Amino acid sequence: MYDLIVVGGGPAGLAAARAAAEEGLQKILIAERDGEPGGILNQCIHNGFGLHYFKEELTGPEYALRFVRMIQKTQVEMKLDTMVLDVRPDLTVSMIGRAEGYQVHEARSVVLAMGCRERTRGALAIPGARPAGILTAGTAQRYVNVEGYMVGRRVVILGSGDIGLIMARRMTLEGAKVLACVEIMPYSGGLARNIAQCLHDNDIPLYLSHTLVDIRGRDRVEGVTAAKVDDLKNPVPGTEFTLDCDTILLSVGLIPENELTRKAGISMDERTRGAYVFDNMETTTPGIFACGNVVHVHDLVDYVTLEGERAGRAAAAYVNGGCGSADARTIALRADGDVSYTVPQYLRLSGEDAGSVPVFFRVRRNIVEGTVVVRDGDEKVAAFTRKHMSPGEMERIALPLRLLGRVRAGELSITVEKVAS
Amino acid sequence: MKEIIREMICIVCPNGCRLTVDDSGEIGGYQCERGLGYARDETVNPTRVLTSTVRVIGGVHRRCPVKTDRPVPKGLLMKAMERVNAVELTAPVECGQIILGNLLGTESNLVTTREIGRAKEIISEAQAP
Amino acid sequence: MDRDVAIIGCGIVGAAVAYELAHCELDVEVIEKENDVAMGTSRANSAILHAGYDPAPGTLMAKLNVEGLELAKKLCGELNIPFRECGSMVIAFTEEEVEELKRLYERGVQNGVSGMRLLSGREALKAEPNLNGETRAALLALSAAIVSPWEYALSLAENAVANGVKIRFDSEVTGIDRLEGGFAVHTASGTVSARCVVNAAGLNAERIHNCVAAPSFSTLPDRGEYFLLDKSEGHCVEHVIFQCPTKVGKGTLVSPTVHGNLIVGPNNETPRDASDTATTRQGLDDVAHMAKKSVPSLNIRESIRNFAGVRAATDVDDFIIRHVDDTPGFIDLAGVKSPGLTAAPAIAKMTVALLRECGLNPVEKALWTTVPRPRRFSEMDADEKRRLLARDSSYGRVICRCETVTEGEIRDALRSVIPPRSVDGVKRRCGTGMGRCQGGFCAPRVVDLLARHYGVSPVRIPQDRSGMYLLTGETKTGEALECTI
Repeated sequence: MYDLIVVGGGPAGLAAARAAAEEGLQKILIAERDGEPGGILNQCIHNGFGLHYFKEELTGPEYALRFVRMIQKTQVEMKLDTMVLDVRPDLTVSMIGRAEGYQVHEARSVVLAMGCRERTRGALAIPGARPAGILTAGTAQRYVNVEGYMVGRRVVILGSGDIGLIMARRMTLEGAKVLACVEIMPYSGGLARNIAQCLHDNDIPLYLSHTLVDIRGRDRVEGVTAAKVDDLKNPVPGTEFTLDCDTILLSVGLIPENELTRKAGISMDERTRGAYVFDNMETTTPGIFACGNVVHVHDLVDYVTLEGERAGRAAAAYVNGGCGSADARTIALRADGDVSYTVPQYLRLSGEDAGSVPVFFRVRRNIVEGTVVVRDGDEKVAAFTRKHMSPGEMERIALPLRLLGRVRAGELSITVEKVAS
Repeated sequence: MKEIIREMICIVCPNGCRLTVDDSGEIGGYQCERGLGYARDETVNPTRVLTSTVRVIGGVHRRCPVKTDRPVPKGLLMKAMERVNAVELTAPVECGQIILGNLLGTESNLVTTREIGRAKEIISEAQAP
Repeated sequence: MDRDVAIIGCGIVGAAVAYELAHCELDVEVIEKENDVAMGTSRANSAILHAGYDPAPGTLMAKLNVEGLELAKKLCGELNIPFRECGSMVIAFTEEEVEELKRLYERGVQNGVSGMRLLSGREALKAEPNLNGETRAALLALSAAIVSPWEYALSLAENAVANGVKIRFDSEVTGIDRLEGGFAVHTASGTVSARCVVNAAGLNAERIHNCVAAPSFSTLPDRGEYFLLDKSEGHCVEHVIFQCPTKVGKGTLVSPTVHGNLIVGPNNETPRDASDTATTRQGLDDVAHMAKKSVPSLNIRESIRNFAGVRAATDVDDFIIRHVDDTPGFIDLAGVKSPGLTAAPAIAKMTVALLRECGLNPVEKALWTTVPRPRRFSEMDADEKRRLLARDSSYGRVICRCETVTEGEIRDALRSVIPPRSVDGVKRRCGTGMGRCQGGFCAPRVVDLLARHYGVSPVRIPQDRSGMYLLTGETKTGEALECTI
C-alpha cells in the first residue's frame, strides 16, 4: 500500500511527489512511462525556464534535473519505463513496466500528472495531400534535439504556439530555412518573447489571420498554399499565395491527456479538457488529485511546479486526515465574458482560511489595460488590473480567502472589463 | 514631440513587455530594471543565449543539449553554431561541463545542460544515406 | 515459365485470390507496386461488409456481395481479423425515401439477403437514439458488419505466403509480353513469367489490361473523403448508418469502427488522377454537413484524422471479372468498387474457376498452415497481460501510449511472414499511431525499432510508401572535433 502514487514523472509529478514527501508521506511512488524522469522538459533544450521559481534562467533539462536531484534526496520511489493502465476510484492503480511486469498497487491517494499532447492535423481537418513531412512541432523537437535528426530543409510552421516558435529558431540554427509562421487567429498563440527571439530575430514572417488551404506533394511535402481568413476564419478568395516548402510543423494547440481520468469516472471540464478541481487540486473523486498540463495547459513550467506542489501537499493532508472537513462550503467559480475558463473551478472554504488561493484563467482575446473583476451576484468583491492580457498567456490572480468568507451566493463570477482610457 | 523610432518585445522574462525607444534614445514600456537593461543592450549590441546540441558517442542519447553560459552577440550566433556542430563528446556526460571555453572570444563558455549516461548497448553511429 | 499464376496487385482482391490459390498445388507470385499489402483502395474505404440489398439483382456485384459476405465472416473468424456484426440501417427522411427503402428491401430479397427488417421512425430512434429525430423509417440489415480492411487483406496475404505464395513488393509493372503458353510480366524489380496472369491492380487495372489487350473499359476514379473520430465518439451509433443511396453511391455514412472509433464519410468527387488522395476543404465540409443530417449531435471536433480513398470505378456499372478476349490466360478483376471489400473472397473463388477454364488444374494441397492475426496486448485481460509479461519483458515497454502498443508486439510484427517496412506498416499491423496523437509520441520510437531491425539509419525509414522519407538527414554534420573534458 502506497501513501501516494503519482502518475507521471514530468515537472508536475516531480513537484507533487517532492511536496508530499516534505509533508511527511513515507511511501510515495512515481510511475513514469519514459526511460528517464523529466517529461517533455528533456527535449525543451532552450532557456527561459525557472525565472519565477528559481529566479534564474534555466534550460528545460536543467530545470528537470534540479527536481530529479531533489527527489533523489527523498524516499520517493520512481518506476521508469512504467505505464499506468488504469486508475480506479477505489485508488488501485494497475501498471506495466519492463522491469516488473504487470502490477496492481493500492494507494491512499493518487496524483494525476500525465501532461498533455499536441493537436494534430486530423483535429483541424487541414485539407490537401498526405505526404511525409507533416508533423507536430513537439515531435520535430524530439527528433532534432534528442535523436539528432533533421526533419526538413524548408519549413512552414502552422500555428504560433510556443513549441512551433521555439522550433522555428531551432530549425534555423540547425541550417534549415523557415519560410513562414502561419496563424489563423489575429493574435499569436505563443509568448510575446518567443515571437521576438524566435521569429523576429531570424526574419521569419508571421502571417496572422492566415491559414493553409492546400498541401501538395505525393511522397514528401512539395509546397503549401496559404490564404488570409475572414472574421469567421473562412479563407478569403484571391488572397492565396504559395510557399515552396518540404516540411510543415504544426503548433496548433495542446490537449490535456486525460484518458486515465475519464476511465476513472472523474468529472471533466469541457473547456479545459481536464478534470474539475477544487482549490487544493482535488478532483471530484476523493483522494485523486491532478496538477499541471493534465488539468489545463500552462504557458510556464514554473506554474506547473507550483500547482504540483499544491496537489502534493493536499494529497499528504488527505492521507493524514486533514483535508476536506465536512462543514466546508463549496463555491463555484464561473468564467464569464472574455474569461474562457478558471482553474480551480471550485473553492472549498472551511471558514478559518487565511492567505489566498491562486486562480488561473485565460482570456479569449487580446486585452490592453483590462481589469479582472470578481463578483458575488451583482456585488464586486475583488478587482485586479492588468496592462496586457492575451489568449496565448495564462493569467493568474490571488483571491484572498478572507474575502470569500463573505460570499453569499454559491458562486463567484470572473470577468474581464476594459479600463476606460 | 518625441517620436518612437523603435519598438521591441522584451525577452528577459515571459511578461514580454512592449518596449519603445524614442528619437532621443529614451526607453519606455519596461516594468523592471532588467527590461531597461535589455532595451539598452538591444539598441547597442543585441545578445542572445545560444542553445543547441552536440554529438555524443556511446551515450543513451546521440545528442547532448548545450548552452552558452552568458549571452553572445546576436551577429555571432551562426558562426558559433559552426563551432558547436563540430563538438563530439563521449558518454558519460555531466550537466554543466564546459566543453568550449571563451567561444569565439566572447568570454562565453559552451556548457552541457543535461546528463547523458553511457549506453548499455552501444548505439552505432548511424550512416548517412 | 517461373510461375503458374502471377497476380498483379495485392489489395484485398489480389490477397483474396492469393489466399485461395495458396490452397492449391500451384506456383503463385503476387506482384505489388508498393512496399506493403493493401496500399490503395483497400485501406481507405468505409470498412463495411455490406448486406447486399444495394446492387441491382442479376449483377455480379449482387451475386458476389451476398456470397462474399458469408465467406468474409468465416475468414475473419478463422484468422482472428477484427470484425463485428453490428448490422446496418438505411434511414429515410421523406415519403420518397421511405418508398426507396421498400425498393431496397425488395432488392435485398431478390439478392438473397437475410435478416432485413423495415423499421418505423420510432423503432429506428429507439435502437439509435442519436439519429435525427425526423427519421421516418429505416431499413435494418442485421447481416451487415464492420471490419478492419487492411488487417483483413494483410492476413489473407500472410496466410498465402505462409503456404507457399511468393510476393514481391516495390515492383510496379512496366510492361507485359505474351509468350508461348504464358506471359512475361516486366516489373521494376525484374521479370516474372507465368502461365496465367490475374489483373487485380485496382485503380491501375486499365493500364495493366492495355499492356496485353485492346482497351475494353476505362477507369473513372471516384474519390471519397472521410473523418475518423476519437474513441470518445465510438458509441455515437451502434449500427452502420446510411442515408438513402443516390446515383453516385451509398451516400454519407456514420459508423463505428472495429477499433472503437467512429468513421464519417464519404462524399463523391473526381480526383485529378487515380493516385490523388488529397482531401479538400469543401469536400470535408460537405461530408460533415451530410453526416449531421443523420446524426445531428455528431461531434466533428473530435476528429483525429481525415483521409480520402479513391474507388476503382469504371465505365461498366458492375465488377469486370472475366477472361480477356483473345488473350487466353489473362483474367481481369477490374472495376471492383463497393461492395468489393465484401465480395473479395467470392471474387477469388470465381477466379479459381476462371483459371481452371484456362487449363490450370488446381489440386488442393494436403497441408495447410493457418497464421492467425496475433492478439493485441490491449485486447487482453489482466491475467493474459500478466502471463505475457512474465514470459517476455518487452511487452512491458509501451511504444504507443494512446493505443497501448508494446515493443514486444512490434518485434513480433517484424518477425512475421510479411514484416512491416515503414512506420505506417507497423501501424497497420500493431495499431501504433492510430490514436489521438496520431503517432506524434510513438513515431520516433517506431522509426528507431525499424532502423535497428533492418540495420539502417533512421533517415532511411519511410513514413509509408518507399520514398516517403520522414527525416532529411542528421544534425551536426560538421567535421568532428573530439572534445576532451
